[in-house]
Amino acid sequence: MLETLAAAFAALMTAEHLGYMLLGVSVGLVVGVIPGLGGIAGLSLLVPFLYGMEPISALGMLIGLVAVIPTSDTFASVLMGIPGSSASQATVLDGFPLAKSGQAARALSAAFISSLFGGVVGALILTGFVLIARPLILMFGSAELFMLALFGLSMVAVLAGRSLPKGLAACSIGLLIGAIGGAPATGEFRMIFDTEYLYDGIPLVIVGLGLFAVPEISDLLRRNSAIAQGSVIGAGWLRGFLDWWRNIFLSVRCAGIGCMIGAIPGLGGSVVDWIAYGHAVQTTRKDPQFGKGDIRGVVAPESANNAMQGGALLPTMLFGIPGSGSMAVFLGGMVLIGIEPGPSMVGPDLNVTYSIIWSLALANIMGAGICIALAQPISRLTAIPFPFLAPCMIALICFAAFQATRDLADLVALLALGLVGILMKRFGWPRPALLIGYVLSPQAETYFYQALQFNGWDFLLRPGVIIIGLMTLASVWFGLRNRVDDTGTAAGAAASRASRGVQILFAAAMLGFFAVTLWDTTQHSFLGAVFPVGVGVVGLVFAAILLVHLWRGHDDHPAFYDYEIVGDHAESDDNGWFWTGPAWIAGLVAATALVGFYVSMILFFIAFLRLRARAGWVTTLTMTAGAAAFVLGLAWMLSLNFPYGLLQQSYDLPWPFR
Amino acid sequence: MTGFFDITRRGAIAALIGGAAALALGGAAQAQVSFEGKTIEWIIPFSAGGGSDTWARFNAPFLSKYLPGNPTVVVVNEPGGGSTKGTNLFAARAKPDGLTILGTSGSTQFPYLLGDPRVRYEYADWKIVMASPTGGVAYTSPSTGVTSAAEIGKLKGQKLVYASQGATSLDLVPLLGFKMMGLDVQHVFGFKGRGDGRLAFERGETNIDYQTSSAYLKNVTPLVEAGTAVPLFSWGALDEDGNLVRDPTFPDLPHFGEAYQMATGQAPSGPEYDAYFAFFTAGFPAQKMVFLPKDTPQEIVDAYQAAVTAMKQDPEYHATKEAVLGTYEQVTGKAAQALYTKGTVISPELRKQVVDMLTAEYNVKLGE
Repeated sequence: MLETLAAAFAALMTAEHLGYMLLGVSVGLVVGVIPGLGGIAGLSLLVPFLYGMEPISALGMLIGLVAVIPTSDTFASVLMGIPGSSASQATVLDGFPLAKSGQAARALSAAFISSLFGGVVGALILTGFVLIARPLILMFGSAELFMLALFGLSMVAVLAGRSLPKGLAACSIGLLIGAIGGAPATGEFRMIFDTEYLYDGIPLVIVGLGLFAVPEISDLLRRNSAIAQGSVIGAGWLRGFLDWWRNIFLSVRCAGIGCMIGAIPGLGGSVVDWIAYGHAVQTTRKDPQFGKGDIRGVVAPESANNAMQGGALLPTMLFGIPGSGSMAVFLGGMVLIGIEPGPSMVGPDLNVTYSIIWSLALANIMGAGICIALAQPISRLTAIPFPFLAPCMIALICFAAFQATRDLADLVALLALGLVGILMKRFGWPRPALLIGYVLSPQAETYFYQALQFNGWDFLLRPGVIIIGLMTLASVWFGLRNRVDDTGTAAGAAASRASRGVQILFAAAMLGFFAVTLWDTTQHSFLGAVFPVGVGVVGLVFAAILLVHLWRGHDDHPAFYDYEIVGDHAESDDNGWFWTGPAWIAGLVAATALVGFYVSMILFFIAFLRLRARAGWVTTLTMTAGAAAFVLGLAWMLSLNFPYGLLQQSYDLPWPFR
Repeated sequence: MTGFFDITRRGAIAALIGGAAALALGGAAQAQVSFEGKTIEWIIPFSAGGGSDTWARFNAPFLSKYLPGNPTVVVVNEPGGGSTKGTNLFAARAKPDGLTILGTSGSTQFPYLLGDPRVRYEYADWKIVMASPTGGVAYTSPSTGVTSAAEIGKLKGQKLVYASQGATSLDLVPLLGFKMMGLDVQHVFGFKGRGDGRLAFERGETNIDYQTSSAYLKNVTPLVEAGTAVPLFSWGALDEDGNLVRDPTFPDLPHFGEAYQMATGQAPSGPEYDAYFAFFTAGFPAQKMVFLPKDTPQEIVDAYQAAVTAMKQDPEYHATKEAVLGTYEQVTGKAAQALYTKGTVISPELRKQVVDMLTAEYNVKLGE
């Protein structure tokens, strides 16, 4: 045993290995900074180098890449409110408000130190855990996985906002969006409305960007200021470190949670950050400011998501089952190097396993170190007047969005979900509740069906199910007590009553959505329809309750909320048109449909900088050329084609215009 | 901006257009096919990291090495619609200049064979470059009382549970196979891969399963040694004449036909077997195929086939291929042509028979 450990350690500490790891880390950092790319794109960049490499070095490179993505994706989440990847969606909730109040460097350093710490703790846990992991992982059957999905859904209690019916209706919408596409039990396609794009369901990256990034961009676009309203942008490095130090136990707990959830195959990494966030909220007594810029809301998910990558290695290495997209790519890389995952990874190949786990810890240290050094200069981005940042951000999220299926429909879906996100933000519908519902929908449905098939209703009596069930109840209890409320006060509600009409209209539209999904289920078999029917009825009921609240509720009923009335921008009279943001994005999407993405992006930059930012021609052309070259370089490296429009269908153009 | 184009992989756009023109004008003059300075796009209609992606990324550098003019070969992932999207795109847009090739998988063949409305491609249009076979082994739990392949008959009348990825996925082959054998198998759907299914088997949730060859060797052999799994049969391989034979990776295991005979006392035949056989071929011996688009000139097809034949002789290819591709030989030439025909042609009656059965028993609706 000790010999194995020593051998693994020796293999790790060679200059060659460290060099390749640094290469992997650097690529991972660059790829992670750009939202939507993630590990899959990064690996495509590294694969050509894998041939003929010594396996341990090749693994180091891959690990370096995979490990740092949840570190560097924090830049976009904190600075721009764009969820950098599915692992840092929850970071947006408090990280971005911190950036807006000029504390970007503080939030970033706290995040990176948490990432570093989480990654290292994760690796430590794994060092011992890997030996007993196989039997433990096998204890999680479909029944237990279903209960874990429920446990994840219980986080909605925390994130439901001031009006519970709104929260539950939002969660139901998420569950239904997640159910679009093939039914797990029968494969029949639900809610596709004859649209080929919907056969596969709506990709996570689109939902995340639409709900979180588009509303923020749209908000910022209406003001002509920078993201940061304060003036302490660069400062706060030390403060971030102290913030983390004061919450070190939260950080340890969240790293543990992340590691364990990552290790259970089937739940998927996308909820880890939310569970950690929910855990932070549930256990915070002192002065919670969640949703408004509480540093604990940054520390918790960031500690968890790096540890999660470590945990996710276990099912990948021991069973060959990738827990996430980037793990799938990692698995592919392992096979290319000639390492086949399986039980031997804890037998004869244990030294490989250990060098993987410790590479992970090392990569986390390298990555977080580089990020901390970069935090201060990069956080100055938030001081740039937004009209200049906006076209870059819009191009970036569109670029990120079409990574999903490389289709124009990705952009249309982004726009549609963006509109939903904008309105949800305005009327105080909790977007995290929707996202959690969306992420867990396939798991909840699939595992429930499978558990019933395997165990019948007896599955409810399994000890694991009962334990997780009790945890879920406790989570709901604590969650409801400490609900995150970023939507203001009773006075705000009273003031918001003024726009009751539009609020009712939006709620009615959501009610309509439930009605449409219920209508759709009438065309499906029992097994295909039972889940959407159940969720649809629940959603319908809560939407109806909400309508009653809005219709007849007393003057300061918590259901009333309109950001246009109570938002901190409301007093200022420098606000642009409410639909400015979506209009520009819609313009870009429409142009893409006509002339393809690359041409549209260039036109969009010129138009935006000239008309909206009122920049001079020199600035306009320099920025446009820079952005065009950047996107072209990325596309070239990833060998991808841009979404095409009518022009490309009629004429055969050379890349990148085709 | 124009300066930038020169260094892109599609760099020599002018040369490309020129090349196309030369192809069109040259006619008889095109003695030698050369892709020098060109970039070949290998469309993989799946996302990065999956089996098909790994397979393509493994083969791409060798293809580049042996194609005339040593072009750059890049793998372009176009996932979506269970691989129908990228394949439709290839069918609609690829030009017959040898610069775009397609890698398909069983998941591309099956919707085509089943008549999925999303399919807008026609296999018969294309020219095959090579086929990569794969195999698999079915095994059961000792709790069924079966201790060796010879006792497969004991499974009859027992309640078997199988973890399936879906009735129209590659798991259609075991579904049809088990059904023919008269086994009473409850297919539980919604699994994300065979690995997921194996986990359910290890947890004791299912009692019959199959794994592809490399996964079987690495992950199920230890279970067999520990006495928690009993191998039943391999799906088998096809010889040069298209006959079902034992899988060379598992010479000691009966193939499906033999197992069928053990279970039922007679050799498999009839329309049910024909239907099974079409899907089996598309799913195993002809699982992954490389195609050139419609109307590709014979010189280009020849150049590709020669490259693949040369690639198979490369010692480096030999050394590393087993880890990625298993022990199966890559198939080229006539044999590939035979596999391609067998794996992509199904009579309308057989198709209807399978689709009707899936609809009646598993509520399968293909699209609209």
